[in-house]
Formats: sequence, structure tokens, C-alpha cells
Amino acid sequence: MNELTIEYFALLREQRGQANECLATTAATPAALYAELQARHGFTLPGDRVRAAINGAFAAADAPLRSGDHVVFIPPVAGG
Amino acid sequence: MFRISPTPLELPALRAPLADARAGALVTFEGWVRDHNEGQAVQSLEYEAYVPLAEAEGERILAEARARFGLLGAVAAHRVGHLALGELAVWVGVTAAHRAAAFDACRYIIDEAKARLPIWKKEHYASGTTAWINCATRSGPG
Repeated sequence: MNELTIEYFALLREQRGQANECLATTAATPAALYAELQARHGFTLPGDRVRAAINGAFAAADAPLRSGDHVVFIPPVAGG
Repeated sequence: MFRISPTPLELPALRAPLADARAGALVTFEGWVRDHNEGQAVQSLEYEAYVPLAEAEGERILAEARARFGLLGAVAAHRVGHLALGELAVWVGVTAAHRAAAFDACRYIIDEAKARLPIWKKEHYASGTTAWINCATRSGPG
């Protein structure tokens, strides 16, 4: 089990109804974690449209997750 | 210097660090909140950012532009929060010895910023609805 903190922004924050949570999970990668969270919370964005960041840096969808990691899922961006 | 700002962008403060006797050109870009998008009347915009990563990625973009175009200076800032029509949402300023590099670098920075920074925009429409831009997903027939 990994103990993770997850932070949500924009559409994901609204669909989750909160900005942060702590979670114990067997998900070992951002892709697996997003799939778990999507099933639980009904996120409308498919996994392939969401990027991940781990501990403040962009990370691959199959990067390893470790206990204590801070994970952010990044919906399609629209600055400017 | 790349900053995410929850308060209105102050042009004199953004320009000041660019002063440089070697510079023959300053090119700036201002992104404003406009009153329409894709056929809908827009009343206001909300910007949200993952601040530490947006600032780190913004600094990377500025460093790329400095190296690629031989800039003397590069500064950019992006607002977050609820902005009214006409407000300044994003500002980019670059200096170079000659104008061609400055024009090209300014364009590079704003294009990369829009594509790469973890910043999100929610439009509030005159019809009373809202939408996160680029987050629409197809569902149902059609």
C-alpha cells in the first residue's frame, strides 16, 4: 500500500468536490491511480487527456509511485 | 523571471528589470480578457494554476528562449483569480540587441506558455453557464 496525497485543480477539483485528499492505495503508477479515482469519483476526463505530476515535477503515466508522494493530475491546460 | 500573480499585473514593475543599455529592442505581449469565445458571449474569466509547477515550467520556457534567441532579458507573468473583461491576464517582455530576435522570442514564450503551463481557464458566459476550456469531453450521440 502507498500512502499518497493528491491535489486537484480546475475540472477535477470541482468533480471531486475538494482540493486535496490523502489515500492509501495499491495503485503503483499515476495511470493506475487515475483509473481508480475516475471509477470512484466519476471524472469525465479520460486518462489519456490527463497528465501527472509527482512531487512538483511532470511524470510519466507509468512512473513508480512511492509512499509519501504528492500527486497532481493535470487536466488539459489553457493559460494565456 | 516568471511569476503567477493573484493580484493585478503592474507594468512598471514587470518592465523595470529589463532595463539594459545593450538592448536595442523591447517586445512585449499582453493577453487581455475578451468578451467572446467560439460564438459565446463571455462575461468574465477565472484562472487557476498549480503554482509551484507553473512557475518552474515558466522559468524553463524563459531559459529556453534566452538560449535560443540570444536574449538579454525575459520576464513573464500570468494572473490567477477572477478577471473582468479587458483585464490583463498575461504579460511577456523580452529584450535583445535587435528586434527580430525579440519578436521571435516573445512569440515563442507565449505559445509555449499556453501549451505547457499548468494553468486552467474557466469562462463565465452571458447565458449563465460556465466551462473549463479544453476540458469538454464528447458524450452521447454526435
